[in-house]
Amino acid sequence: MTPDLSSLVLAQGGGSWITFDVNSFLNQFWDNTIDGLSYGSIYALVALGYTLVYGVLKLINFAHSEVFIYGAFATWFTFYGLGFRPGATPDLPIFELIGFLLLALIASMAVSGGTAVVLERVAYRPLRKRKAPRLVFLITAIGASFVLQQILFIWRGGNPENSIRLLRNDEVFTIFGGSVTIVTIITVVASILLMIGTDMFVNRTKFGRGIRAVAQDPDTATLMGVNKERVITLTFLIGGLLAGAAALFYMMKIPQGASYQGGFILGIKAFTAAVLGGIGNLRGALLGGLLLGVVENYGQSLFGGAWRDVVAFALLVLILMFRPTGILGESLGKARV
Amino acid sequence: MTTTTTPPAAPAKARRRPVSDWWNRLSRVQQWGVLIPLVALVYLLPVLNPPLITTQPGYDFPIAMFEVARYALVAIGLNIVVGQAGLLDLGYVGFFAIGAYVMALFTSPDSSLAKLPFLVVLPIAMVVTMIFGVILGTPTLRLRGDYLAIVTLGFGEIVRLLADNIDPLRGNRGFQGVGHPPGTKADGNPLFNNTDGIPWYWLCVTIIIVILFVVGNLERSRVGRAWVAIRDDEDAAEIMGVPTFKFKIWAFVGGAAVGGLSGALYAGQLGFVNNQKFDVVTSMLFLAAVILGGAGNKVGVLLGAIVVAYVPLRFQAIAEYKYLIFGLALIILMIFRPQGLLGARQRLLAYGRQAYQRLLGKGEQVSSDGSLVTDNPGEKA
Repeated sequence: MTPDLSSLVLAQGGGSWITFDVNSFLNQFWDNTIDGLSYGSIYALVALGYTLVYGVLKLINFAHSEVFIYGAFATWFTFYGLGFRPGATPDLPIFELIGFLLLALIASMAVSGGTAVVLERVAYRPLRKRKAPRLVFLITAIGASFVLQQILFIWRGGNPENSIRLLRNDEVFTIFGGSVTIVTIITVVASILLMIGTDMFVNRTKFGRGIRAVAQDPDTATLMGVNKERVITLTFLIGGLLAGAAALFYMMKIPQGASYQGGFILGIKAFTAAVLGGIGNLRGALLGGLLLGVVENYGQSLFGGAWRDVVAFALLVLILMFRPTGILGESLGKARV
Repeated sequence: MTTTTTPPAAPAKARRRPVSDWWNRLSRVQQWGVLIPLVALVYLLPVLNPPLITTQPGYDFPIAMFEVARYALVAIGLNIVVGQAGLLDLGYVGFFAIGAYVMALFTSPDSSLAKLPFLVVLPIAMVVTMIFGVILGTPTLRLRGDYLAIVTLGFGEIVRLLADNIDPLRGNRGFQGVGHPPGTKADGNPLFNNTDGIPWYWLCVTIIIVILFVVGNLERSRVGRAWVAIRDDEDAAEIMGVPTFKFKIWAFVGGAAVGGLSGALYAGQLGFVNNQKFDVVTSMLFLAAVILGGAGNKVGVLLGAIVVAYVPLRFQAIAEYKYLIFGLALIILMIFRPQGLLGARQRLLAYGRQAYQRLLGKGEQVSSDGSLVTDNPGEKA
């Protein structure tokens, strides 16, 4: 069964209030775990963008969901430009397939990364120059989110683009009876590689040290010769690139195509994942993303598809009640008091 | 500071605030002398339907005015939470939705619950919303800043999703024939109906005025000063003996009550409630109204609400671009006026007027850094 990620098309619950379907939960336990992991890794990739920006600027970048959806559109247009049309999945030789996917990945990452950097330049940098209070950044982010969404709406209209698929969702092998598809494998493996890459970049390289330094104390970092503006641009760029990659996996996975509002619910989920793990903490984002993806899928099979998002938010409230700074606490630079 | 219909009070030159200086120098009686005609003008607005301000032909003007008033009410409520107590609430629409649903459940023929008159349900809606304020506040108010923001966002979404999924709440089908206040016209038709915005507008403006009085007094009370202390530095407030948790809950509950009230009014005017109007975007618009106008400043948030609600309705001709323009306006405004249209300024709260009179020999003079300002330093007693 394919979970429906968009709350816009949630089915109406019939009959009783809440039904516990323990049978379906047990029967599909491994299916749900595997599927949840692949959703979770998409969440985690997007969550990294939130967490990085939050770590450096202390800003909830609400427009990050639009950065993501721009990547999704870039993927769609790449496929469309290559001559594929919605509907039947083509039979491609393996090398061509990989080539096309890589092309889409590059396009998607470039568009998302570019959007993120432009967003930072146009919307947030003027505010930083004026030393605006934090709430103002938040409102600007909301405004930017509106603008980016509306540009898509005016350009492409309200209807989602029908999804174009290059990959069939065929089962490759099974684990404990849970089927693993090629899309799942690519999503999980590529996401984890990207996340390890990001983690190494932030923890091992000179630029990464700059990011951590600015996250810890922007003023002192500037005194020590870190170019704060460059670090911030870099942070947005990395977040955007990861969101672009997530967008490709998302487009391979979800049943519906890209819509101008499509980033919104995913953005909230990814942000939830970031907070769950402890916002500002890269590994926390991974943990939070995977946990959210899996628990959400369990909840869905237990209570029914319409309850998917409720379970996600309930999990958030529950975890924050017991660990008010997320599972791993916040620590891009160090734990803040 | 003046009342709702003021044009943005000439902010161009920093430090000089001609309108507010003039206003603060007036005595209470003189202030009333200005205020009463202004309020009368506000009441007359939908009847006058002034040419440039009107939203017609795109949108019925009295109903547009009610929308604006409703937003203003919401903004005042949210301002208690965000502006005064400094708690970032992104799920305020949840309270709004609860108010609307309580109204629908108790008055609509589609609901299986007992039917009650509108005026009875109104306080019930507020009480239920306040209870939800406590339910949400108690576990979450330990959280700070952005964590609180995301939990409240989650709460708003949970409320919406419950409306989607719990069968008695009827999801998309919704409730028809939601109740309205009593009263009939000469021809026997109900005074408060779905097509005539004027009575609703008057009702809403009256409620706003009452709530402005309450909130204004609250601001100067012990509670209000505690909120300001918590907003400015929660830890310091706690150390100085302010029971922060208690007052945060109070702020939450107070804000929730106003949110529930406006939700109930909204449900009554529309006569129909379903799950479509209570998404996070609406919450963002509410918050935008507060920040845009100037969090913590009552008159400011009224102005912000007017901008947020009125602009999209006024420019129906460019309806396709209205949210684009709105978003751009939000960004540009925040870049050039980060404190909001009318920023909150520090001032003496309790007995402020007497204190300013005694110290400076004139009305309140306030500055952004909180110190007493005199035109002439020698003037100080």
